[in-house]
Amino acid sequence: MMPDIVVLSSAPRDWAHDRAGQRISKQVRDVLRTDPGIVSTATAYTIQPSPPDAVLSLLLDSGLGDTILQTLHAGQPVRPRDARSFIATDRLPGVADDRALTLSTVLSDLWDLPPAKISVHVRDVVWLQSVLDDDTLQSIAEQVIGNPLIQSFHFGAAKDYEGAAETHFPDHQPAVTCINLPIPDADLMELSNRRLLALSLGEMRAIRDYFNTPSVQSLRADAGLGIDATDVELEILAQTWSEHCKHKEFRALIEYTDLEAGKISCIDSLFATYIEGATKHVAGKLRSWKHDWLLKVFNDNAGVVRFDDDHVFVWKVETHNSPSALDPYGGAITGILGNNRDPFGTGIGGGRLLFNTNVLCFGMPDSEKPLLSGQLHPRRILRGVRKGIEDGGNQCGIPTVNGAIVFDDRYAGKPLVYCGTGSLAPQFIHGRTWWDKHIDAGDRIVMAGGRVGKDGIHGATFSSSQLDETSPRSAVQIGSPITQKLLFDFLDAACSLNLVKCSTDNGAGGLSSSVGELAALVGGADVNTSLVPLKYAGLDPWEIFVSESQERMTLVVEPKHLGQLLELAAFYEVEATDIGTFTDTRHLIVRHAEDIVACLSLEFLHDGVPRKRLDAEWVPPQVAEPVLPDSIDHKDVIERLLADLNICSREAVIRQYDHEVQAATVIKPLMGPSADGPQDAAVLQPDPTSVRGIAVSNGIAPQYGDLDPYCAAAGAFDEAVRQIIAVGGRLPGPDHDLFWSVNDNFCVPNSVFDPIANPDGKRKLGALVRMCQATYDIATAYAVPLTSGKDSMKNDFHADGQTISVPPTVLFSAAAGIADIRCTMTTDFKAPGDAIYLVGETYDEMGGSVFYRLFGELGAHVPCVRPLQARSLYELVAQATARELLESCHDLSEGGLAIALIESAMGGRLGCSVSVSPIAQEVGLCAALYAESHSRFIVTVRPSHVPEFQALMGSRAVLLGKVTSQDTVVIENADITILDALVDRLARVWKHALGAHL
Amino acid sequence: MMAPQVFVLSGMGINCERETAAALRLAGASVDIVHISSLLLGRSSLQDAQLVVFPGGFSFGDHLGAGQALANRIRYRQMPSSQTLFTELATFVDDGGFLLGICNGFQVLAKLGLVPNTRGKHIQEVSLAENLSGRYENRWCRLATATDGPARSLASPEPIELPVRHGEGRVVFRDRAIRQSVIDQSLNWLTYVSQDGVPATAFPENPNGADLSCAGLCDPTGHVFGLMPHPEAFATPYMHYNWPRRRRDEESFERKADGLQLVRSLLRWMSQDGANTLDGPRGTL
Repeated sequence: MMPDIVVLSSAPRDWAHDRAGQRISKQVRDVLRTDPGIVSTATAYTIQPSPPDAVLSLLLDSGLGDTILQTLHAGQPVRPRDARSFIATDRLPGVADDRALTLSTVLSDLWDLPPAKISVHVRDVVWLQSVLDDDTLQSIAEQVIGNPLIQSFHFGAAKDYEGAAETHFPDHQPAVTCINLPIPDADLMELSNRRLLALSLGEMRAIRDYFNTPSVQSLRADAGLGIDATDVELEILAQTWSEHCKHKEFRALIEYTDLEAGKISCIDSLFATYIEGATKHVAGKLRSWKHDWLLKVFNDNAGVVRFDDDHVFVWKVETHNSPSALDPYGGAITGILGNNRDPFGTGIGGGRLLFNTNVLCFGMPDSEKPLLSGQLHPRRILRGVRKGIEDGGNQCGIPTVNGAIVFDDRYAGKPLVYCGTGSLAPQFIHGRTWWDKHIDAGDRIVMAGGRVGKDGIHGATFSSSQLDETSPRSAVQIGSPITQKLLFDFLDAACSLNLVKCSTDNGAGGLSSSVGELAALVGGADVNTSLVPLKYAGLDPWEIFVSESQERMTLVVEPKHLGQLLELAAFYEVEATDIGTFTDTRHLIVRHAEDIVACLSLEFLHDGVPRKRLDAEWVPPQVAEPVLPDSIDHKDVIERLLADLNICSREAVIRQYDHEVQAATVIKPLMGPSADGPQDAAVLQPDPTSVRGIAVSNGIAPQYGDLDPYCAAAGAFDEAVRQIIAVGGRLPGPDHDLFWSVNDNFCVPNSVFDPIANPDGKRKLGALVRMCQATYDIATAYAVPLTSGKDSMKNDFHADGQTISVPPTVLFSAAAGIADIRCTMTTDFKAPGDAIYLVGETYDEMGGSVFYRLFGELGAHVPCVRPLQARSLYELVAQATARELLESCHDLSEGGLAIALIESAMGGRLGCSVSVSPIAQEVGLCAALYAESHSRFIVTVRPSHVPEFQALMGSRAVLLGKVTSQDTVVIENADITILDALVDRLARVWKHALGAHL
Repeated sequence: MMAPQVFVLSGMGINCERETAAALRLAGASVDIVHISSLLLGRSSLQDAQLVVFPGGFSFGDHLGAGQALANRIRYRQMPSSQTLFTELATFVDDGGFLLGICNGFQVLAKLGLVPNTRGKHIQEVSLAENLSGRYENRWCRLATATDGPARSLASPEPIELPVRHGEGRVVFRDRAIRQSVIDQSLNWLTYVSQDGVPATAFPENPNGADLSCAGLCDPTGHVFGLMPHPEAFATPYMHYNWPRRRRDEESFERKADGLQLVRSLLRWMSQDGANTLDGPRGTL
């Protein structure tokens, strides 16, 4: 009998066409310092059931690939004559594979069989010319080609190559396990650890007590459940109560000892006090100004503000740190795709995803430190994450318009991967307010998008733990941008047609989280896990319910619209399934087939978690200003600053992100005559027939946190704001109603004190307290509301008895309305003869600066934000913008005045001649050039506007010099030339530093 | 004169349909965004269009190669009429209709053999291979437009600027004869050029290493056009990477948007060509 399976292969026509082979060859040399010889690649597709001959011949004729570039043939890849070794890579069972998905679709077009009935397995084969031993081949496989967490490898001598074994999923009969809970405390903790519940003893006790309550027991008996908890119930509780979902530390009672001020205070929830508190304060101010653009904050997947008469702007930024540490590409791509679903699953749902942003914190890519077990090299993380952001954004047609990269060795264990997405949605759909989530008992629960597998089980609980060698591999996933793009096309259409009452995304916690949260809005839900479409059989009900398999949304649908909705899904080739109903029983019921497998009180589920009590303290660090060498070669210093990884050009990364798709990016990340001048904020014009725009920026400044986390957070907030001021934005005020919307994202090391495991936990939490206090102070001073945000509390990597912890880091991501995009500004100098001004005040604040770091120093004088002073300055700059007095504007950040001047000159490919004497006289030459004092700008003004500009700014602007037609940057102080360098040379130094690491 | 009727296709991973439609509307066309499944299911008919645009994007994620899976679907899937969409598109062009493929759309038209179609047999003659740099690139390019050949009506006196945004855009010809035929018939209507206006062979002026510095191809009838750069991304002056400086330096700033100009030229060419050479419903542009 013929085996019901067929293998087809494709390979590049010749080595010159084999870019993948060339890439691998280069990386093997770079990373492993081994010569693999010529490397060539091939792909094998195993198809089951075997298609008819006619279909096979179409596939080999043109269906499977491009015959100009590739050879296609039946059977396994053919070994090239000179190949001596091979490595074959197969994805582990259940890991998403878009190529397999696409080939099933292609097959279904040729053959009368739906894609779901066709199984395709894709194997990558790499042939190497050198004879290599197994250890080397394994290193190439695991360090260059793939990742053992998601792939399996076979390797050996080329002549021994064999086809892939058939994929077998473990034979497992789905079952529910009952767990006896009236047990001693020690056993409770053992249970929590064994099942990866990440619950504390107090939380486990609360669960034990709940199941011991007689009324609960009798209700459960009615449902056919025994006294024991089911695994489904425990997993739902663990997921809902996870730090990731419940923010237990951000909402804890904290006793805060400020040893600097000699004060002890009690903070009743950092979130309520400083984050929500700031927004409430700002909302009051906005109301007093009669502004009503602040529509929805904190209690949906993303914040919502009004953009114009017809549209709302929706904005969310999140992190995906732990997954990116394990598989950088998968972590980043699922991070960005997952974050896309937040604005898309806000309110009713749908809309137009306008842009992505990303801010990344990595270890030093040139690090020579030996790696700990399970740790990936920072350069590998950088490359993988960058590629994930590229594919996630580009393949969905969402421009990546703004971002930042921070390098610091303390991110070498866990990188920080911040992903942001902004969208536009209609204010009303068929008369219903878009941002409201309204549900009635009887509405259907529909799951749409990808199928469910074991991937991503325990993501929510895992990201709430510290990372170590034993972290669950099931948390690692690979995204499928095409699945999500089709899902979004469908969902946007369905929402516009009024077929969806509201929706939410399936992210951390999967159905348990999405259905659990929606159920709280209506008063109950009843779901049947046996209706959920699976990638493969054999999942237990609890796995189905908490799996975080990607690219899924949960929709609330009125029964009368269900049929039409499912038809629409079929048209868009999206799987949508009715899996249950919303109720008003005040309980979450989960069934599998005929049996009830979970029955939990919503009140207990959402409000039963015991409040945490934590201790925090602040002790100022013992630091001093350094003594620097007497003579400093500023030309050398400036070139070293330009080549510093925290300052150099990001062009090598930005070019690979599509930042212009949708044709709305008016201020792009790179602009000026050579299209390489760095910009402070992006500006988008969503509709080419309206001049209204949106400015987007990110502020992050962890480097100051070693001196004072308060100043680091204040500085980051100010940076986000001043970048928007720089492109032409305006802080909220009584006389205009341009919206602002800021996301806060805190990423800190484990800050829960433990005398043995975390002896400095109180200080770490003290740092977080100070960051939150700064957030409140700056947000309220600027009247800028926080609209959404996230906290990630366990950014530590443990292995081999060592710990790498991130420095406390906060990212502020700001978006603001722009009245007229034609009045926005870029950073590059525009014309010779324009006057150059420094706007804002410089202080002797070199602490934490890149300049000090060149000398191995931290310093003491940390840059402080002076919010009232800054606010008045921003108003003046906004007026100058409105009167069109400015030709360019660039905010000052890392590297200070010297770097900002050079960036503006390079951006415009123009020279400049400036004197820093007026500043140096006050603060000294080094501080004048390199201090990173906040709230400052370099602006240029054309000669005819100088009088009006000076009259407006008064003493807040200092004339430094002018733009020249020379090709040199000339900086002098008290008639002594400090720098006289060719713009082109500076640009070369600045542009080439990062590319070498990609 | 009636506004030309345009279908801009969407769905299955296409993602530039919105701005492509916006640019065509700015140029004066009447545009419908049509899901490709609507055509395949026979719910929309090519009869209602004079120009069908395949916009940029990642159709089916570009797995198996850029545009490959969408080209397969168009070539092989049976429609209710028991035709394929490919046959309908070929007939549409024979009857005087126009096709424009941008980026991923160009890749699809090339895979289908609709462009350059030097021998009129609809056999795939070119590929858009992976960029020589091995990287996806978002980069603005200078481009020269051919002043002779079937696309001469799209010519602009000065080089134009448009962004490319692709990882697979390197034009490779199936063989030397096809390459020569493209040269002889002047089907290479859009060329990457350097600052001094000569065809660019090196990165970054030639962003992908394309043979003949080729950024766009047309068929010998001048009814099917493909290009890798994105004209819809330069439909207003404020989309240029250097607009603040251009506004200060150039008086005609507000009128200069090269992509819009290109789309306008195409619509004008359609109306002239349609009026001159066609009769029947599509001759009445």
